[in-house]
Amino acid sequence: MISTVVLATGLTLILIGIWGMLTHRNILRIVIAFSLISTGTHILMVAIGYVASGTAPIIDRGLSTTEAPMRAVDPIPSALAVTAIVIGLAVTAIMLAFAIRLYEAKKTLSIDAFTESKW
Amino acid sequence: MIRRAGIVLAVALFGLVFATLTVHHVERQSLPPLAKRYVELVPRELGAPNVITGILLTYRAFDTLGEVAVLFMVAAGVGLVLGRRERRTETSFRDAPQPSRQASEIVRTGAQILVPLIAIFAAYIITNGHLSAGGGFQGGAVVASSAILLLLADPRQRFDQQFLSSTESAAGVLFVLVGVAGLLFARGFLDNRVLPLGQFGTFFSAGAIPLLSVLLGAKVGCELSVIIDRFRV
Repeated sequence: MISTVVLATGLTLILIGIWGMLTHRNILRIVIAFSLISTGTHILMVAIGYVASGTAPIIDRGLSTTEAPMRAVDPIPSALAVTAIVIGLAVTAIMLAFAIRLYEAKKTLSIDAFTESKW
Repeated sequence: MIRRAGIVLAVALFGLVFATLTVHHVERQSLPPLAKRYVELVPRELGAPNVITGILLTYRAFDTLGEVAVLFMVAAGVGLVLGRRERRTETSFRDAPQPSRQASEIVRTGAQILVPLIAIFAAYIITNGHLSAGGGFQGGAVVASSAILLLLADPRQRFDQQFLSSTESAAGVLFVLVGVAGLLFARGFLDNRVLPLGQFGTFFSAGAIPLLSVLLGAKVGCELSVIIDRFRV
């Protein structure tokens, strides 16, 4: 049940991101929409890794080594989420750098001003 | 108008796919075999209570190395795209409003108080990555947040680029050297058992994982600070 709600949240964020990316003409807003998509993907991965009534895969007083395989959630999507966050940050940084360059070229952030690469 | 209809159609189709995914999603009742094996092996073989750190820094440490390489490429790429802007500043930013207004007293004093605390918190997160939630990437991001705070307090602040880049390179080289040591003295590249595993759950345990965490944290923190610094006008 919980993971279905989290899954729906992540997919809704992705949908909002896609909608924002297609409708907005300002480059900064497109970058924000892209960040929404990547955040939605992280939530999606965490939701996929959830096991019913599971807990974080960290061994401590509350979770002994023997009962960990029964009660822990899947650690692999969590490890991949760390990777995905770093890659998302990297892509955002590159996009913002290009946004600065595009603004310098045309003195506007509207994507309608950049018609050279339009087919 | 046609474009609007196309957008609505595309979003509706994506929504249909996502709704189908959500409706047919069944919550897992037990771990898949690979995850089960990781959860069993990390505490037993690597001596690390945090299974995720064990995966990130030993079983999939090669991926982590690649990820750090991606970060390095981004720092280089942002530098390439935004490079040589000092020369342009006079011509292209002359008509832009000058951001010369000083940050407020609250921001400056707050930065002075908070930056040391943030640094301590980052060190805590980095060095406890094998015991509890945390690790090199997370702590490195906290270090970079203190860099942002310093820039907000004083936009003309100059970071010591030489120090940042040499720390980053040294951390990267040491990370690979620890990996090669694993190849020579343990059972594979980036194997954490080059150092004694120690007592399970204590600060000095889990072999090379705390060392790798510290190196990763230093590298990520420096790299993110360099990226943030490059965005300044």
